[in-house]
Order: sequence, then structure tokens, then C-alpha cells
Amino acid sequence: MKAETIKAEVAHLNKSFGSNKVLLDMNFKIREGENLVVLGKSGSGKSVLIKCLIGLIEPDEGEIFLLGENVQDLEREALNILRKKVGFLFQSAALYDSKTVKENLEFHLRGSKTKSKEEIDQLVLEALQNVGLEEAIDKMPSELSGGMKKRVGLARALMLKPELILYDEPTTGLDPITSKEISRLILDVQKKYNTASIIITHDIECARITANRMIILKDGKAFIEGTYKELSESGDEWVSSFFK
Amino acid sequence: MPAEIKSKVKQVEFSENSYLKKAKSFFEEAALVTMFCGRFFKELVKPPYEFAEFIKQAYLVGYKSFPLVATTGFIMGLVLTIQSRPTLATFGAESWLPAMVAVSIVREIGPVITALIFAGKVGSGIGAELASMKVTEQIDAMEVAGINPFKYIVVTRVMAATLMLPILVIAADAIALYGSYIGVNLKGDVSFHLFFLKVFEKLTFADVFPATIKTVFFGFAVGIISCYKGYNSNKGTEGVGLSANSAVVMGSLTIFIMDMIAVQITSLFSK
Ligand SMILES: Nc1ncnc2c1ncn2[C@@H]1O[C@H](COP(=O)(O)OP(=O)(O)OP(=O)(O)O)[C@@H](O)[C@H]1O
Ligand SMILES: [Mg+2]
Repeated sequence: MKAETIKAEVAHLNKSFGSNKVLLDMNFKIREGENLVVLGKSGSGKSVLIKCLIGLIEPDEGEIFLLGENVQDLEREALNILRKKVGFLFQSAALYDSKTVKENLEFHLRGSKTKSKEEIDQLVLEALQNVGLEEAIDKMPSELSGGMKKRVGLARALMLKPELILYDEPTTGLDPITSKEISRLILDVQKKYNTASIIITHDIECARITANRMIILKDGKAFIEGTYKELSESGDEWVSSFFK
Repeated sequence: MPAEIKSKVKQVEFSENSYLKKAKSFFEEAALVTMFCGRFFKELVKPPYEFAEFIKQAYLVGYKSFPLVATTGFIMGLVLTIQSRPTLATFGAESWLPAMVAVSIVREIGPVITALIFAGKVGSGIGAELASMKVTEQIDAMEVAGINPFKYIVVTRVMAATLMLPILVIAADAIALYGSYIGVNLKGDVSFHLFFLKVFEKLTFADVFPATIKTVFFGFAVGIISCYKGYNSNKGTEGVGLSANSAVVMGSLTIFIMDMIAVQITSLFSK
């Protein structure tokens, strides 16, 4: 194994919606086993960035490498196989509202190596226990609170123990105690499975707990990059305003 | 405010060549629906097949529409009989009532009315459901999980609509004939046996077969249009209502247009 495996890389990424230039020459890399926290003001293009990464949004220009493959060159089938190795937590949780919590989780296990029913049940239960929601297993998403939905979404993203996890605001809408638990969980997953993660967050406490490295988006670029300590002690007024 | 001015300018620009724009967007949409159909057939034949979801959708689309379709079918037969009686009575041809009503129900009114009801109930349902799945990123969630949402959502629903509508129409026809039997007996006395004897004396294969075939196309049209409208919705919550609405409008219109074409084709063959 190489000393440093790149799990995802974005080079010269540009994306605009009409005249709204969201990403402008965006560059970053993420290494194996690393937690990269992405900060940025609301509307700065954080969600767009990770959606480009997974191929949900087509970039205008630039290259995207995911687990060593160029996302834009992949055929649909190959992309689907690649996507199964990546966990994705939507900002809106994106649970299937016609399915129960259990079915929501099971649904994402389809097509992965054929597992027995017991194994699947075990996996689902374990994933829900991780986020402290095993009692909600038979509930419909409409019966859950916002924070509970978020946690089910998180369980769904973590369930397959992916090599790379993209979290879009994992702790938003949660109370401080649960937030801390979720941050710890993210850290645990990283330690246990050596996964690489991109964590988009506004929760500075979550960033402090989970980040190995951080970037802050501004004007469609990674404005500044560094560890939590480096950035929080930065002389730049705009940067330090994130840490207050 | 510059934003306000901008939107005003946009409005003016739009209204100036709005007919041109409408025509353009009509053809654009026609092309997009055609492409959507193309994708449907491509995904339809490609394994793996989503049988379980198809069965579920067939249940939702077919079984759940049955009470509505049955009620309208019954009323349709009853009312048509009551309304036709005076005209036939003028010619002293009341004994023709069962046969005449049966032919109009089976050939035309049964398929079209049932398809319209179907477009209203199922079309709006699918349009709204898919649009809200799109808005709440459920379709994206399937994508990122490596599940083909087109296959899972669209193909199953279109197939369910295509296969369920003919069955619903046949059921509606049968119930309408029963309604007609009751209608005949409101002012006369015709035995059940005699009524259906008269019906099947006049009803031929050439009445039933083309009428059933066209309902397959009606069902497909309702399914594909409502899926197209829902799947391509992109205006947030507002888009959900819009999709449901335009699914019904476009679906109903397409049913009439297809019916017109079907009638031309059948009449070519029947003489
Ligand atoms: N599908 C889309 N169509 C048009 N514009 C879009 C679309 N998605 C995002 N945008 C625009 O891209 C910009 C960035 O959006 P994005 O959702 O990435 O913000 P964000 O950084 O995730 O913000 P938040 O912290 O509020 O989630 C916004 O200005 C938004 O209007
Ligand atoms: Mg966002």
C-alpha cells in the first residue's frame, strides 16, 4: 500500500447555474482515513460540491476522481458500482417516505453482495443502534422529528461501511448532546474502518471533534486550508469569525 | 430594486414572442417525452426486473382505483340507458335498447370515461408523488445508493398503468352493462337472461377487441406522461402541484387524441 492513497480529488472544478457562479476553480484532495471538514457560508456551494463529487450534478469544467476513477468518464453501470462504495448523507436526510425506517435502510442494501435475511436484520439494527434509534425501526419517516430523520439518514449512509463518506451537515437540527454523540460516531467510524470523510458543517464543535483538516469555501474556491488549530488561530478576521 | 426591474424585463420579453415560445416549448416537450419513452423501453427490457415493486404498484394503481371506476361505470350504464330510451321509443325500437347501449359502452364510452377517470386519479397521484420525491431528494438518494431510480420508479409505474387500465375498463364495461340492465328494468320488464342475450347478439369481436387494445395505449399514455411530469419537476414544492395538474391535463388530452386516431384506424378495417 502506498503511504498516501487519495480517496477523492477535485481539480479545477467550475459550476454555475445560469449567471450564478457557484464553484470557481475549486481544488482539493482527501486522503485515506482522513476527515476533511468543509466550512462556508450558506449558499457558498458546499452541497453542490459534494453532489458534483458523487455525480448528481454535472460540473461545467474540471475533473473529479473518486476512489481512483474519473467520475465523468464512467458509464452508468460502473458509476453505480462505484457509488455503492460511497456513503452519502443528504442535508435533507432524503428518506423514502413510502417506506418504514427499516425498509429505508434495507433498500440501500439491495444489490450489494447477497446477504441472508438475518445478516441484513443484524446490519440494520446495528446501524440504528449506532445513532440511538433502534426503537424507531418500524416507524414511517413522517412520524419522525427532523433530528431523528437526520440520524436515520446517517445510519443509512454508514450502514455499508463505505470507503468514503460524504456528510452534508450531519449535526444540523440536533441538540448539543446528540450533536456531540454524532460527532463522536463520525470519529469512531473513521477510526474503526479507516474511512475517509468529507464533513460539511456549520457546527464548530463538530468540526473541532472530527476534523483532521479543514477548508473554508469563499467565492467558489477553497479560501483557506489547515487544521482546526491553524484556522481557529488565523489572523484573518473573516476566517476567525467562523470560530466564534 | 434591480431584481424587480429584471423580472419586469423578463415579462416583457416573454410576452413579446410568447406564441413563438409556446410553439417552441411544445415541440421541445414533445421531443423530451419521446426521449423519455425511449429510455423507458430501454430500461424495461434490461434486467434485473423490479417485480415486487411492479406488483405493489399494480395493486395501488389497479385495485385502489376499482371502487371509483366501478361506481362511475354503473352510473354510466344506468344513465345512458335512461337517456336513450325516449329516442328509441319514438321509433318503437325499445327492444334495441340493450344492444345499443352495450355497443356504445363497449366501443367508446367505457374505455374513454374510465381512462379519463384513471388519468384524474392515477395520473395526478403519480405526478405528485414523483415530483415530491424529486423535491425531497429521494430520487437523488436512490442514485447515490447505486439504484437505478428510473427503473425502480418509472418503469414499474408505467407498466402498472399500462396493464391495469385494460382490466379496469373491462370491469367497468361489465358493471356498466349491469347498470344498463337495471336502467332497462326501471320502465320495463326484461329478464337478466334476455338482456344479456340481446347484448351479446349485437356485440361482436370487432367491437370488443379494438376497444381493449386502445385502452392499453391509454394506460401507457397516462403512466408515461405522469411519470415524465413528476420525474422532471424542478420547481420545489410549487412544482408538485404543477406536475400533478399538468399530468392530468396532458394525459386527458392525449387520451382524446389517441381515441380519435384509434377510431379512424378501426373504421378503416371494419368496412
Ligand atoms: N439545482 C440548482 N439549480 C440552481 N441553482 C442551484 C441549484 N442547487 C444549488 N444552487 C445554487 O447554488 C448555490 C450553492 O448552493 P448550495 O446548496 O451548495 O449551498 P450550501 O453551501 O450547501 O448552503 P447551505 O449551508 O445553506 O446548505 C446557491 O446559490 C444555490 O442557489
Ligand atoms: Mg448545503
